Amino acid sequence: MSMIQPPLPREILICTIARLLDGVRHVAVGASSPIPAAGAMLLRALKERVGAAPVKISILGSVEHNFFTNGSTELFDCAGQGRIDAFFLGGGQIDGQGNINLVGVGDYPRSSVRWPGSFGSAYLYFVVPRVILFREEHTPRVFVEKVDFISAPGTSDEGVYRTGGPYALVTGRGLFRFDRQKGRFRLDSIHPGHSFDEIAEATGFTFEHDAGPGVTPSPDVDELDLLRGRVLDELAETYPEFAAQMRQSLTEIA
Amino acid sequence: MEDLQSLARLVETGMRLALPVDYAGVSMAMVHPLIERGISDLDVVCVPTGGLQVDMLVGAGVVRSVETSAISLGEAGGAPCFNRAVKEGSILVRDATCPAIHTGLMAAQKGVPFMPMRGLIGSDVLRYRQDWKTIDNPFAEASDPIVLIPAIRPDVAIFHVPMADRHGNVWIGRRRELAAMAYASAVTLVTAERIVDKNLLSDEVTATGTLPSLYVTAVAQVTRGAWPYGLWGEYSADTQELMRYAREARTAQGFSAYMAGFGEAE
Repeated sequence: MSMIQPPLPREILICTIARLLDGVRHVAVGASSPIPAAGAMLLRALKERVGAAPVKISILGSVEHNFFTNGSTELFDCAGQGRIDAFFLGGGQIDGQGNINLVGVGDYPRSSVRWPGSFGSAYLYFVVPRVILFREEHTPRVFVEKVDFISAPGTSDEGVYRTGGPYALVTGRGLFRFDRQKGRFRLDSIHPGHSFDEIAEATGFTFEHDAGPGVTPSPDVDELDLLRGRVLDELAETYPEFAAQMRQSLTEIA
Repeated sequence: MEDLQSLARLVETGMRLALPVDYAGVSMAMVHPLIERGISDLDVVCVPTGGLQVDMLVGAGVVRSVETSAISLGEAGGAPCFNRAVKEGSILVRDATCPAIHTGLMAAQKGVPFMPMRGLIGSDVLRYRQDWKTIDNPFAEASDPIVLIPAIRPDVAIFHVPMADRHGNVWIGRRRELAAMAYASAVTLVTAERIVDKNLLSDEVTATGTLPSLYVTAVAQVTRGAWPYGLWGEYSADTQELMRYAREARTAQGFSAYMAGFGEAE
């Protein structure tokens, strides 16, 4: 009987994302987001396996996994009508109120560190019901008390049209849920190999938590099987480097 | 059929230039002719984000302002000349968000002064845009604030496509943002990998992906005109070259040295 290799930290992230996406009909993934894309592909494969309602995925920058034929405006038109259930955003800075900054550090406009820019965040954060914030680097320079520039706000005043917003925050160390009523994050689980004290120290904002937050569940045999086979194959079309790296890591621990 | 230099002569100092996102068909072949033309103070609108082409124009000092939702070299990292200019304060940046740029172009396409869009309220993107306005939705019963984006009417749009015909029709496939740019702009300059003899509008299959000559001012033929970017359905991006640029353009001197070679390569 062959031994199943234990999950890699990134495989735990991918499965966490797949679980957060459960129930969506259409998920869009931005360019250069291999882990969110893998999470969406894993969910699609799991649903297919049990004959559940299909999951549609639009990966920007992919030819194979992209339905759009109306140029780069179509994603936003789709989202504005509620045709996209989930999307991923990152941020150079993310604060405790769920505000995200994709523009830069320091006094805008002469930022001391300039990042690419807000992309579609100032719109999609408002109209996509489940926005999953994903940032592997979990340090106080990313998770700050208050962002230097609000590309998109975590919450809005009453009366502002808003059908979407932050749903969860996945980092390399743990999973947080966003409480839209309170406008704050709540630590949901800690990834295997990490601790509460470590997370508290690495997070520049305060967050809610239970007395003893649980451990993020590891993928089961079925999930690992799909992830290491079909999902990596699909992923290689858009993210060849990432898929090759994952395969390499799996060989090394074997 | 025109050459690159005669296309560049249609661009004047102080004009507003619309340029496409890196995967849609960037006319990199036009960079040198534009710089050599000796113009300045261009206002660049990225549709809806920018990369290498914008960075080179900024590095060459011909740009006054950049309106964009983001600018980077993708996998090769940040846009070095742009980031330097931001730090020095030598260009004006109008930070936007992708759908706001599409909305502004759509208003121009329809010949109306503005269009509303959702989102934005409470963001610093909106706070710093004095030219965008928030009104109360006049059709709603309760208060419903909504943002108005003024029409974006570029003087010139420039992009690269796989093919054009001898009638000036150009094939844009499913890259409809190229049509949106052309509809909104006074002048549209196109470079094409090849010129075909058949009329692209005479065949229903090619006609659906064709931007008619009505919106096209001039076309020039140039092979591998998007390099080092890729062109959909034709060739992929030359990531090594983008990385080389990212390394060399880290300093103003390195950028100048790179650009001297870049001109000769074509």
